[in-house]
Amino acid sequence: MSEFKTNSKVVKWIDHRLPIFSFMHEELHAYPAPRNLSYMWNFGSLAGIALVIMIVTGIVLAMQYVAHTAHAFDSIEHIMRNVNYGWLVRYIHMNGASFFFIVVYIHIFRGLYYGSYKSPRELLWILGVVILLLMMATAFMGYTLPWGQMSYWGATVITNLFSAIPVVGDSIVTWLWGGFAVGNPTLKRFFALHYLLPFVIVAVVFLHLWALHRFGSNNPLGIDAKGPQDKIPFHPYYTVKDAFGLGVFLTIFALFVFFAPNYLGHPDNYIPADPLQTPPHIVPEWYFLPFYAILRSIPDKLLGVLAMFGAIAVLAVLPWLDRSPVRSGKFRPIFKQFYVLLLIDVLVLGWVGAKPPEGIYLVLGRVATAYYFLHFLVVLPLLAVFEKPRPLPHSISEPVLKGGGQAAGATAKPMEKA
Amino acid sequence: MKRLFTAATVALLTTFGAGAAQAAEGAAIPDHEFSFEGIFGTFDRAAAQRGLQVYNQVCASCHSLKYVAFRTLGDLGYEPEQVEALAAQYQVTDGPNDQGEMYQREAKASDAFPSPFPNDAAARAANGGALPPDLSVITQARPNGPDYLHALLTGYEEAPADADLPPGQYWNTAFPGHQIAMPPPLSEGIVEYQDGTEATVSQMAHDVTVFLHWAAEPHMEARKRGGIGVVLFLLIFTGMLYAVKRKVWRDLH
Amino acid sequence: MAETAKSSQKHGGGADASRRDFLYLASGAMGAVGVAAVAWPLVDTLNPSADVLALASTEVDLSPIQEGMAITVTWRGKPVFVRHRTEAEIEQARSVEVDDLRDPQADADRVQEAPWLVVIGICTHLGCIPLGNKPSEPRGDWGGWFCPCHGSHYDTAGRIRKGPAPENLPVPQYQFVDDTTIKIG
Repeated sequence: MSEFKTNSKVVKWIDHRLPIFSFMHEELHAYPAPRNLSYMWNFGSLAGIALVIMIVTGIVLAMQYVAHTAHAFDSIEHIMRNVNYGWLVRYIHMNGASFFFIVVYIHIFRGLYYGSYKSPRELLWILGVVILLLMMATAFMGYTLPWGQMSYWGATVITNLFSAIPVVGDSIVTWLWGGFAVGNPTLKRFFALHYLLPFVIVAVVFLHLWALHRFGSNNPLGIDAKGPQDKIPFHPYYTVKDAFGLGVFLTIFALFVFFAPNYLGHPDNYIPADPLQTPPHIVPEWYFLPFYAILRSIPDKLLGVLAMFGAIAVLAVLPWLDRSPVRSGKFRPIFKQFYVLLLIDVLVLGWVGAKPPEGIYLVLGRVATAYYFLHFLVVLPLLAVFEKPRPLPHSISEPVLKGGGQAAGATAKPMEKA
Repeated sequence: MKRLFTAATVALLTTFGAGAAQAAEGAAIPDHEFSFEGIFGTFDRAAAQRGLQVYNQVCASCHSLKYVAFRTLGDLGYEPEQVEALAAQYQVTDGPNDQGEMYQREAKASDAFPSPFPNDAAARAANGGALPPDLSVITQARPNGPDYLHALLTGYEEAPADADLPPGQYWNTAFPGHQIAMPPPLSEGIVEYQDGTEATVSQMAHDVTVFLHWAAEPHMEARKRGGIGVVLFLLIFTGMLYAVKRKVWRDLH
Repeated sequence: MAETAKSSQKHGGGADASRRDFLYLASGAMGAVGVAAVAWPLVDTLNPSADVLALASTEVDLSPIQEGMAITVTWRGKPVFVRHRTEAEIEQARSVEVDDLRDPQADADRVQEAPWLVVIGICTHLGCIPLGNKPSEPRGDWGGWFCPCHGSHYDTAGRIRKGPAPENLPVPQYQFVDDTTIKIG
């Protein structure tokens, strides 16, 4: 690892008193990363950038937005019509939420496949789950702010989840609302929290990075680095790789912002909130659909709510459910198949979540919900015991340097090029 | 692995996006062709101007357009004097004056279209209990808004014999549930177009839809134009970053 | 980016290295252009929006303003003083030696019709609103306006005569619609 060096007297003077330059050098420049990280490892930094995009556009929007039931919808239209580039900033913020979730979901599924939650990275993983929860709360409250029909009824339905709590449920809901229905007090507190929580997310992201840098990134092989030949400095290798990934991300993002800005939204949210009329189909934003499907697939109110929160809670305890000593799914033939099944399962849940809860959708939703929990609570613990993993390579650099598994003595299959 | 994720992401976007769009139920809406579709689409100014005439002479008696300011009509190709004149057709309430009273005056370019009713309750009372929605963002507030609007305006029919149509309701093929409280607004020649275009129902429906889609998103053209530049920039930039990445990593492999 | 270029030179060499440097520079420049292009819309959102720029002009009916009186009207959210000057006040404003003024301007350049003085009522020092429109208020040593914040005195043409303010009260754009109506803006 290279030491931080500089010729600038000013930098030296500052760094001696506040070693911020050497810190940045160590964590962002010299930071040794496994040499075999695939493009699946781009999504962490992408999520960080998505968060920055959301905060910057959000602050600008907050300068124009009015958190009052009588003016919220009007102020959004004011932003869209009168404010210079207001339409652009709002469309970026709207679609940015969706893209933040896409990136984070891919990031999570990457972790699930390569066993990034396993020792010694359990806390890193749990901090990630905390970030996900904070993101969901932020997104939900943000969706309320335009005060359209979906805003209003989404807020009503989700806050009503808490009424499932025995005895004190109704009091809690009244407290959340600051009244006897979702109204002006609710909107104003949601706005305050929607502004606050992203900064809490930033703080947890720093903890997440701190924990990450303690042991370094996991890698596609899931084995620990044996020595310096397995690692490369973060800069320039991964800075440039992340920059390229960012370019791809921004291009796709721009296609949505400029050419299909309302595709991921719901037309009903362009109808001002009407507390006396519920839209025929209440649908949350797409990123909540899998959880929404779990909620609806259970016919009991309290159990449904518990299952929905349980779907996230189960992620937090995942490091203790999957006890297999092998991290990467690459070397776990049976796990791999169940993993694909889980991926399809979550997609099915999302699809069902957008459909009315009746007929075949209800059946599918129940089956998919059952599998979701079975996967984590039964399949993974059992696999840890019964699955026979493939032999692991000796080191990270070995398959990389030899360029293929056919090399003499190599026990790993070749680097997956896909 | 990566292919799997790409496929999953695409599946995710298409199923959920389409799912959200389908969620609002209704009759099948036929696809109608508009010049503003596609990534190079622009508003047909002549159609939008005719559409404004339809709004002024037909829709405006019941439907407000409260987020649209007269000054923005310049976007549709009107000269500033024409905009003033268009605004002056409307009376707006201003005040209070020195005597503390509200008064009526001609609208100015900086005013928004005034609402035909003082409040929602008055609007309901005058329309048999149904509230005529504000039209400012109507094409965004309905799935496939422009197609829907065109289908709705041309979708009035005799109710089928077995339909039990309550008084004050009309049969419309495009409206969810088919029973709509709005009487058929358009009829052959109800508007006499200034540019001499024949005012058929289909023509008027098309024109007013173009106008209202412009009203819903007046910056659409700027958005698409900007988008082409941004995407081209990003494609080139990303290509260069890929080249940089290849060069930096070449020594390693 | 410069860092990237430096650290990479140890890998390659010769013509290849210069081609590489060009690529780094070009990418870096493009990135900088991109960031600037993103920054501008964000900054521009804070400029006055279209509805603010189009704010209505204000019409003022002059007929109720008696000689010697002044009224305050609002234009673009700012106070505008409209003063019906007496013969003596007009004479006073005209008799001043223009070159002796801090902000030299002849009275004729500041009014369209001699009796009517229209100025934006914001002290050019630090933005307070000067007193002098109501009969009960002090009008300063030159009979125009007096700013209570830091003691600036304006004369009957709204010109600065004493105190910290650097300039005369600005005259807004206005025109006479008819004999008794002006339109500001």
